[in-house]
Amino acid sequence: MEVLLAILIGVMFGASVYLMLSRNWVRYLFGFIVISNAVNLLLFAVGRVELGRPALVPPGLAAPDGPVANSLPQALILTAIVIGFGLLAFALVLASRAWAELGTVDVDAMRVAEPREDAAREGRDA
Amino acid sequence: MRGLLIAPVVIPLATAVLLLVLRPSRRVEHALSALGCVALLGAALMLLVRVAGGGVAAMQLGDWAAPFGVSFVADRLGAAMVTVTAVIGLAVSVFAMAEIDDRRRRFGFAGFVQILLGGVCGAFLTGDVFNLYVWYEVMLIASFALLTLGGERIQIDGAVKYVALNMISTLLFLSGCGLLYGLTGTLNMADLHAKLPAVANQGLVTAVAVVFAIGFGIKAALFPLFFWLPASYHTPPVAVSALFAGLLTKVGVYSLIRFFTLIFTGDAAFTGALLAAAAAFTMVTGVLGAAAQNEMRRILGFHIVSQIGYMVMGLAIATPLALAGAVFYTLHHIVVKANLFLVSGVVRRLSGSGDLARTGGLYAQAPLLAALFLVPAFSLAGFPPLSGFWAKLFLVKAALEAQAPWIVAVLIGVGLLTVYSMTKIWAEVFWKAPPEPRAALPPLRGGERALLFGPIVGLAAITVAIGLWPAPLFDYADAAARELADPRDYVAAVLGSRP
Repeated sequence: MEVLLAILIGVMFGASVYLMLSRNWVRYLFGFIVISNAVNLLLFAVGRVELGRPALVPPGLAAPDGPVANSLPQALILTAIVIGFGLLAFALVLASRAWAELGTVDVDAMRVAEPREDAAREGRDA
Repeated sequence: MRGLLIAPVVIPLATAVLLLVLRPSRRVEHALSALGCVALLGAALMLLVRVAGGGVAAMQLGDWAAPFGVSFVADRLGAAMVTVTAVIGLAVSVFAMAEIDDRRRRFGFAGFVQILLGGVCGAFLTGDVFNLYVWYEVMLIASFALLTLGGERIQIDGAVKYVALNMISTLLFLSGCGLLYGLTGTLNMADLHAKLPAVANQGLVTAVAVVFAIGFGIKAALFPLFFWLPASYHTPPVAVSALFAGLLTKVGVYSLIRFFTLIFTGDAAFTGALLAAAAAFTMVTGVLGAAAQNEMRRILGFHIVSQIGYMVMGLAIATPLALAGAVFYTLHHIVVKANLFLVSGVVRRLSGSGDLARTGGLYAQAPLLAALFLVPAFSLAGFPPLSGFWAKLFLVKAALEAQAPWIVAVLIGVGLLTVYSMTKIWAEVFWKAPPEPRAALPPLRGGERALLFGPIVGLAAITVAIGLWPAPLFDYADAAARELADPRDYVAAVLGSRP
């Protein structure tokens, strides 16, 4: 089970690295969505996968009866999902603002903060 | 004691809640954020005194015994970082009262500053890797908000680059958390210190160490991962730049110091060489990048990069003296760098631009500002008797003792090139005749003048004081370095009686 997950995580990492290398900010965000889910799966897989053993305490007992699934990765993933969602929401709004203000989603074409040398000189002379 | 450890996180977050919920009038808001910063400074100083006298202090949140719950730990390094954070928070909040316009104020500027301070303090005090990740995110989201608040075109441009690279840093950090947990089954830093040496495949541990080094390296703006910093730090209002310049990259440096002294100590030869190479390239590219710039804040931004190299070099040499030098350097640098950005804010206010071609004549117009610029500028370059001289001296001495002449050469050469940039700013902004024609800007009013100059004078006074009396701070940094080099006290404070 862990092996299958590991392969899946590897494929997702590879695909998202390809997407995130793009100059297109929207593609980068698609890559971000994929890779943050890949990292969540990674957190899930490193906690070791137990099938059919929910982390529940049966009635009348003080502790679980026998080995149960590790519930810590679930807590970590829940936190990571919430944070990842927040980051993504912000980045999407930023993409929309960048499109509205700068007229492009190509990060190499965004030169307001770091103008090219000749453009900067012209701006100064004007 | 328990309250004291958590106070540096609770005070700013509570202040932020009050500011964001009440949306008070300008006067009340200023009073509230100043009060929050003073309370934070008070709590930080109490913590500092407690830790300096009684050694490492730890508490378990929710009374879950370590390593199962989240631990909060203050050692000398953490307590000092929290204190300097409070100082910068106070200085920047006061400066912002004069600089930040009403529109940004109504969108919650002061509240975000407090959230950022809470996140930074949390990162310095937590003893749990995943909890550190959460504090990073608190800090990151607050910094996103501060960076884009106001929504000018240049800010959006800078923010795209800042957000893109910092999100990658976040993902690497989170992946690293997962891999560490998979190797050891724990995320408590002290527990990791005990358990990592027992992992059978030490090669995997080194690989995970490099994942963390890259994640923190992006945050700290190490070569070749620093490009987001000079692309974004000159775009928001100066108060925001100063806050970021003082604190954010230093959280990355702090994390590197913490992880590579407490957790990843197994393959010190390899990680030390990696960090040393990265640090040397960081110092050189940062200072050369600064030489090519013509805007005051962009020059200063590249100098942050260059200076980060000094701190990481101290970590890479890793002798107790070098670690003490790195701690001393970090504390001095936060004060100096934030102050230089604040000076650039007054320059912008007086001449309407930070572009070197459009400024000039400020020596005649504002002699006090010119004098105040020289203090942090010469300190950054390492002139005696200012704080930067001692910081560089300790690192050079450590490099000589470690018999690494190339490190000595880089440390000194980069210092000289720093002088070049500082004299360039001096010549262009203060000394040369003002360009014609000059836009008429309203003169500084009394209250505005006090709010702008107060923080600069205060921070400059700290720099001069460290320069004239370096011994107390050095003794403290030395003790902090001993704690880092031999983490038995730290581990015992967190895990109780176990070794």
